[in-house]
Amino acid sequence: MDEVAIKVEGVYKDFRLPHEQAGSIKNVFTHALRSIRKKRVYDTQHALIDISFEIKKGEFFGIVGRNGSGKSTLLKILAGIYQPNKGNVSVDGRLVPFIELGVGFNAELTGRENVYLNGALIGFSKDEIDAMYQEIVDFAELEKFMDQKLKNYSSGMQVRLAFSLAIRAETDILLIDEVLAVGDADFQKKCFTYFKNLKQRNKTVVFVSHDMHAVEEYCDRAILIEKNKIVVRGSSREVATAYTRMFLEQNNSNGQLKTKEKRWGNNAVKYEHISVMPEKLDDSGHFKVLTVAKVNHDVEEAVFGFSVRGTDDKRLFGTNNKLRQKRQTNLKKGDQINIEWRVPNILNTGNYVLDVAIQNEDYTEVYDWWEGASKLLVERSEENSYPVHPTIEVNIKKES
Amino acid sequence: MRQLKERYRYSIILLKQLVKTDFKLRYQNSFLGYLWSLLRPLALFVIMYVVFVRFLKVNYHVPHSAVYLLVGLVMWNYFGEVTSGSIGAIVGRGDLLRKLNFPKYTIVLAGSVSALINLAINLVVVGIFMVVQHVGIEMHILYVPLLILELFVFAIALAFFLSALFVKFRDVNYIWEVIMQAAFYATPIFYPLLAVPSGHHLRQIVMLNPLAQIIQDMRYCIVTNKTPTIAYAYNAGWVRAIPIAITILLAVIAGSYFRKRSKYFAEEI
Repeated sequence: MDEVAIKVEGVYKDFRLPHEQAGSIKNVFTHALRSIRKKRVYDTQHALIDISFEIKKGEFFGIVGRNGSGKSTLLKILAGIYQPNKGNVSVDGRLVPFIELGVGFNAELTGRENVYLNGALIGFSKDEIDAMYQEIVDFAELEKFMDQKLKNYSSGMQVRLAFSLAIRAETDILLIDEVLAVGDADFQKKCFTYFKNLKQRNKTVVFVSHDMHAVEEYCDRAILIEKNKIVVRGSSREVATAYTRMFLEQNNSNGQLKTKEKRWGNNAVKYEHISVMPEKLDDSGHFKVLTVAKVNHDVEEAVFGFSVRGTDDKRLFGTNNKLRQKRQTNLKKGDQINIEWRVPNILNTGNYVLDVAIQNEDYTEVYDWWEGASKLLVERSEENSYPVHPTIEVNIKKES
Repeated sequence: MRQLKERYRYSIILLKQLVKTDFKLRYQNSFLGYLWSLLRPLALFVIMYVVFVRFLKVNYHVPHSAVYLLVGLVMWNYFGEVTSGSIGAIVGRGDLLRKLNFPKYTIVLAGSVSALINLAINLVVVGIFMVVQHVGIEMHILYVPLLILELFVFAIALAFFLSALFVKFRDVNYIWEVIMQAAFYATPIFYPLLAVPSGHHLRQIVMLNPLAQIIQDMRYCIVTNKTPTIAYAYNAGWVRAIPIAITILLAVIAGSYFRKRSKYFAEEI
């Protein structure tokens, strides 16, 4: 059980980036001349620096890290697509040779022909595909489309077909790169069922993902790669936490979220001041949003609203005073409107953005629209990876 | 040992699918489809026949000059299809190379095999011409598979070299186009070897080219034993070993170059 499936020892990977577009004979000549005078004609980019780890047989192993941290390069080295400059990778067992779904799919071929082509690329002979053809088609739910060209498939259909094929690969070690990022909810459910199945069958899986929820759920252990080095290794929980923290800290040090402040409107009624209390939200049940607005022109009615948005730009919740049945009508120039919103804090640890707006009663006119008016910084004591984190009370009685 | 067997199994599966796909895609959306692999060389043949035999009245000093010409053209076409077709083969599969670890030589081999199938079809046409022209069949015809093997090795050696080189130097296709043009005139395909001046060892030099040796030997074996071969040019039989040695040497060098480079294709494309 404690046998090693993959052993990575001191792996380095450099990419040489030429200063100019090399790749023609002329450049070789000119470079040859130049390199006599000047030594370097290219920059070396270190994609991986001294990477070492072991994956045991039957383990679900996560590799997490930001875009450009080097995790995909590492996966390609594991798959044998790239060669390390230094160090060694030893693999015990058969490894899938692909890192993406649907490799070699050709848009000009029919679904059926692509099944045989992709099947061959992942190692199945024609007879083997013949035997499982019906299963593949049924699983992908594409019976009626198999004789159509792939270019007429929707992207969802292509993914279904590719996934249906990929899960047939009966190898000891699987490499999975971000499959969960594609497909609809239904498809993702199928993926999860498949992963559970892999775990039950004790397959070794290397899983690269941004989705900390999935990493925590499936992975036994994981590594976090940042700036081309392993910075954290341990249980999937530890690594997922470190990853989330890393994002939080970076955002704090930057002072600003990636979403820029945007503001427009005709300024008939305009916010003068916005604040959130307390500054840092923790487990204390509520937070307050305080706004001060000034009326610059007489208006019949103004509707004051706000919403909260995550770093992924998804609006999470919001409301306005009209919806809350506290309408403000007949506003005269010079009036000042102070509003206090009391909001139950269901937000999980992370950074959020507060957007505020003032509009007329039927929302056809924008007085003041202010995206990114304030930031919300939430740090909860309990760690979990759900998108929301309401304080849940629990009462347990044990009777025996 | 088991792993080695497993790897070969994979290569064979891949090769079959790549050849099949190549054939399916090549003539897709064309009205006559597969027929083009026959029609194209035939049309070229008709042009050459009209120009050289009818208009210029070139004297080949051999019987059955039409079949004689066709054999040369068919062999040359195979060579051109394999080498020119191979140049972009690796780069054209870049997408696959970056996502899948597989034996790269299968790409080049697949191109050669599908060209070989075309050659076989073309040779059937040559056979039909032979029957029509009443060309007698002699025992030498048994050498044909060996000559085709030599051509196969010679062409694929260059294909390995060119396709690997093209990954780094994108000028290769232009250079090769020029070389092909020169080689076409340097090989006795549409002109008789005897048209080459006999002085300055010119005929001998022309025949050292494996392609010239193969084409002349092929004509000797299936059309007429009046064909001047390399043995005739040198007046010695052992000289035939030189183009064969060149072919083998080339195959070894190109093969090892391709093997060495193939590890880095994925990151260099």
